[in-house]
Amino acid sequence: MREITFSEALGEAILEEMSRDPTIFTYGEDIAKQGGIFGAYKPILGKYQDRIIDTPISEEVIFGSALGASLAGMRPVAEFHFADFLFTGMAAIANQIMKFKYMTGGQGKIHLILRGPDGISKSAAAQHSESIETIFMHIPGIKVIIPSTPYDMKGLFKTALRADDPVICFEHKMLYKMKGPVPEEEYYIPFGVADVKKEGKDVTVIATSRMVHESLAASEELEKEGISVEVIDLRTLVPWDKETVFKSVKKTHKVVIAHETWRRAGWGAEIAATIQEELFDYLDAPIRRVGAKNVHIPFSPPLQDFVIPDKNSVIEAVRSVL
Amino acid sequence: MELPKELLVKFYKDMVRIRTFELKAEELFLQGKLPGFIHLYIGEEAIAVGAMANLRVEDYITSTHRGHGHMIAKGASMRKMMAELYGKKHGYCKGKGGSMHIADVSIGVLGANGEVGGGLPIAVGAGMAIKLQKKDNVVISFFGDGASNRGAFHEALNWASVFKLPVIFLNENNQFASTERVQETTSVENISDRAVGYNMPGVSIDGNDVIAVYETVKEAVERARNGGGPTLIEAKTYRLKGHFVGDPQLYRTKEEVDQRWPNEPISRFERKLIEGGYLTEKEKEQIWYDAKAEVEDSVQFAEQDEYPAPEEALEDLFEDSTNCLY
Repeated sequence: MREITFSEALGEAILEEMSRDPTIFTYGEDIAKQGGIFGAYKPILGKYQDRIIDTPISEEVIFGSALGASLAGMRPVAEFHFADFLFTGMAAIANQIMKFKYMTGGQGKIHLILRGPDGISKSAAAQHSESIETIFMHIPGIKVIIPSTPYDMKGLFKTALRADDPVICFEHKMLYKMKGPVPEEEYYIPFGVADVKKEGKDVTVIATSRMVHESLAASEELEKEGISVEVIDLRTLVPWDKETVFKSVKKTHKVVIAHETWRRAGWGAEIAATIQEELFDYLDAPIRRVGAKNVHIPFSPPLQDFVIPDKNSVIEAVRSVL
Repeated sequence: MELPKELLVKFYKDMVRIRTFELKAEELFLQGKLPGFIHLYIGEEAIAVGAMANLRVEDYITSTHRGHGHMIAKGASMRKMMAELYGKKHGYCKGKGGSMHIADVSIGVLGANGEVGGGLPIAVGAGMAIKLQKKDNVVISFFGDGASNRGAFHEALNWASVFKLPVIFLNENNQFASTERVQETTSVENISDRAVGYNMPGVSIDGNDVIAVYETVKEAVERARNGGGPTLIEAKTYRLKGHFVGDPQLYRTKEEVDQRWPNEPISRFERKLIEGGYLTEKEKEQIWYDAKAEVEDSVQFAEQDEYPAPEEALEDLFEDSTNCLY
């Protein structure tokens, strides 16, 4: 199968759906001429120029206008530049987009996507490195997708572009240039279906985004010691695939959850709580969570590396539950 | 007054309908029949009515927490509004929103809004949609004096100007942001002065003069329909009731409010209509009678309606909620 990058997968998804649906348009900062700050839109530069729009640095309008455009019949894809800047326009997201349908008694199908980069890159420091997907799982009202491969990026984004609900998509900065197999033929990945990346029998590791790759690397090392790790990529957090997770827990009886966002009250805490509430008798060890230490992402490389979880954090957590 | 008689009488009728609805809502609230809290539009009716007379059904508005008047003027169902105020099943929001979240997307009402200034970015988005669809519709975004101090206001005006969007920013300066006087919180004497910073026309008018509102908005709407971009209009008015029903109003005296009542828009316009021979005493009485009947009908509808079943609280979050509620 051909291999393309994560960015190219995103670009293909947008272009394919734009050619089908004239209501799709995309806008944000630095996208129409520059192709996005991490090149996410480079593959679509020069195409559909009237529907790929550079905007002022006005986050509350970037997000809030997506709701208005949707209610007026369009399907906007608004780019958030850096996940950290979601906070800058958070009123429009948490008070408007995420509440509109519910508080109006279900009026309108809300067709909109917020998408952009999250996570660490090389020393971007505290205001350009955050992973804040948990917040959007905590507050009801938006579907959360967080792909880890080019294949998932394209398939999930195509589904998002046909969804009848608001969607937020987190794309890890370190993944944009990653290549992976993506078929030529059209496909869609439904929300709420996890991907078992690797089967195993001793421990279940549940991860998303960059931590899927760290977990796979960890499992390879552990395999050499005879420890068999099952790695599950949730791919979407709202909805999250309880069925696949539960099936795995019933098999391995031990669970590690790995994400780049903070360990404290990160989404792993929610998954862990659900497992212990509903599958307590199946567990042979406490559930371990791997996440960033509970400080901001620091600048200096040794500091950043210390705060952010990696392969070794997963290995250590797996060992601790055996 | 060179406007056709039917239009003038319609202005009067719609203002009376709003006033009657609001007085009833106040009464019901004080009787403890309405949960939550409500914000009345009494004294500001000329703005919604004068503005909305320029709109088509397919044009959009965004409203505020003080939105009942906008809804009625845009053509919303009083029955569904009243049922929503009661928290009943057949209210506009099936009891999930209440007064501050009434919307009717089918007639272009993109929501009242519980967040001051929350509708401004939404209006800009609707304007972007209209432009991309190459239509000649327009959006009117209603907002208060308090909202003009929010970042959302400044972002929205700059953006609408840059993209020449068909959005009319209609400021209802009722002199108070909740309990705070506009002079104490706002850097400019006229909120329309802020239009200069965004390179768009800005004008301040007497918001208690329904004809002035109609004509000013008409010009702005025509400009917007013809690709001329946004306008900022400040309609100066006065909030005759408290911020919400039950507001102790420690920030102003009763005398101040009493002095403002003679300038309220309905009686002012009524005198003009009667003096000009556009309306007889008998026709006037009929209009009030009809408005009361319409409002009473809405109350009866709401009283007879059922409450939503508790588990309906789990509906309407998403179009497809599969596995999204755990």
